[in-house]
Amino acid sequence: MDSAPARRQGVAGSSLADVNRDILAVLGRPGRLYWSLLVLSVSAVVFGAVAWYHQIDVGMGVAGISHPVMWGVYITNFVFWVGIAHSGTLLSAVLFLMRVKWRTAIFRSAEAMTLLAVMTAGLYPLIHLGRVWKFYWLFPLPNQRQLWPNFQSPLMWDVFAVVTYVTVSAVFLYVGLLPDIAAARDVSQGWRRRFYGLLALGWEGTHRQWRHYGPTYLFLAALATPLVVSVHSIVSWDFAMSIVPGWHSTIFAPYFVAGAIHSGLAMVLTLLIPVRRAFKLQRYITRDHFESIAKLIILTGFIVGYAYLTEFFIAWYSGNTYERAAFVFRALGDFAPMFWAMVLLNSLLPLAFLARPVRRNLTALFLIGLLVNVGMWFERFVIIAGSLAHEYLPYAWGSYKLTWVEYGISIGSLGWFLTGYLIFIKLFPAVSITEVKEQDVELAREAAQ
Amino acid sequence: MTPTGQLWGFFDGDLAAAEAVRALRRAGTRFTLYAPFMTHELDRALERRTSRVRLFVLVGGLVGLVSGFALTIWTAGRWNLIVGGKPIVALPAFFVIAFELTLLFGALAALAGMLVLSRLPRSNRSPGYDASLTCDRFGVRVAGDDEQLARSREILQRAGAAEIRVVDGRSESAPGVSDG
Repeated sequence: MDSAPARRQGVAGSSLADVNRDILAVLGRPGRLYWSLLVLSVSAVVFGAVAWYHQIDVGMGVAGISHPVMWGVYITNFVFWVGIAHSGTLLSAVLFLMRVKWRTAIFRSAEAMTLLAVMTAGLYPLIHLGRVWKFYWLFPLPNQRQLWPNFQSPLMWDVFAVVTYVTVSAVFLYVGLLPDIAAARDVSQGWRRRFYGLLALGWEGTHRQWRHYGPTYLFLAALATPLVVSVHSIVSWDFAMSIVPGWHSTIFAPYFVAGAIHSGLAMVLTLLIPVRRAFKLQRYITRDHFESIAKLIILTGFIVGYAYLTEFFIAWYSGNTYERAAFVFRALGDFAPMFWAMVLLNSLLPLAFLARPVRRNLTALFLIGLLVNVGMWFERFVIIAGSLAHEYLPYAWGSYKLTWVEYGISIGSLGWFLTGYLIFIKLFPAVSITEVKEQDVELAREAAQ
Repeated sequence: MTPTGQLWGFFDGDLAAAEAVRALRRAGTRFTLYAPFMTHELDRALERRTSRVRLFVLVGGLVGLVSGFALTIWTAGRWNLIVGGKPIVALPAFFVIAFELTLLFGALAALAGMLVLSRLPRSNRSPGYDASLTCDRFGVRVAGDDEQLARSREILQRAGAAEIRVVDGRSESAPGVSDG
């Protein structure tokens, strides 16, 4: 921690007002950089929308996915974005349950990231459907033919997991925001006052409200924790429940959950380092916070590295010809460059964080965060496309090349995520005002004792 | 008893506010505390009962669990076609749906519980509500007749209120605003 909490001790009126002012200042009139970023990301969304429209208009043939690789970039992006979402819940709910203090400054941005990433991920099953106008067939809706979804299918589990995840993370984010929205309402004018007034639901911070607020937040954290583990486990079962060599493995659930947290933590670094700089939040989000995230990345990097080794070991040790062939193809076949990039970027590069100067260097943190995300995208691609390209029958082997439609939609979804994030930081406090104040007072009190 | 007014005490810190809360509780006066955030001191002074939100979560979760199994088992029975050699009612598969719905309904019930129990949403501010109450000040509001307000004013002052304000509460309906 830097010296800020010590300066604000004593609960003196003006100092808590500083917290209010500093954090709400982020909501102020955006500068030129913000507008340029917004224009850039909205243009990406438009490009993606054009590409998707083209695919809906002409048909799935315009995408590169074709037999035998019927699951390509769309499913890769789906898994990638669900993974990004995971660390938000981890940083928020899990660290809340464990009473980890450094969570306070960063959990809000991470939660927003979670919600937006799930909303991005949720687009991909629809894009991948082809006939997207039939998407409601995914839901158990009564119909005159009495047809129901097949709940034995992992794809149906996915529907329920992702819908639950989107809903619960939205509720969790909203409940956490409630006192902050009220604080924003009380100092704003015009449309913002009406907007926050509506969303704050008349919150005044009475003791009756607080009495039910605390347990509600605790229960939401307690529900979100098993949820986050279940969601990526279920996503991994989309693959593991099939008999494709390279997919059919019992380690997939923990392997995917660890990978999800790995990429999500990296995304927190990539997003928060520029945000902190641009909005002068250095007093609240400190180097210590980034260092703590870097330490977690070392851990998750080891876990994914171990999973990579285990996969190869089992392919050899099982004596299963097909499994072995799948992994030889993975390391030496069409997608070998991506495979080695993934090993390098996900397992070896994070080891740099073992050196304290590296994990306290913001440039290094930002770059490694970015590269880990590239690596994690490759990981999903290699697992999905790589395994499908070389299944059992050599006659059915094939490869996969992306088309501009797939590139366009991928860029569009990145723009969609960034647009959402840019709008969020101008509408809602990016750092929890309430919890920062609470923690300042408690820390000052502990220090005084 | 028709309350004739509202008395507000504003405090710069939670310790003084907690002191006021304790004194008002000793005097048996009904009051409402306003806090920008909760602290251990205030928690201790209020000696709050456990919130009933947990009942909502329990019921919501159980409803989710039961409805998850009910939905999957019932719909599987509507079309008795064996797929992939799996039983029609495949409980391990259906458990996944039931698990997700348990969490979904539990979380929604938690939100509903919080809103119902804390009487939200509400459209009007408490009479005399001040913007500093979500920023850096703690407030204690007492409603009552002149005699009660005089006694409460003394308590608030002794606890170290930085500012005392009287608001005419005649136009407000008293029971609705004095949160228990």
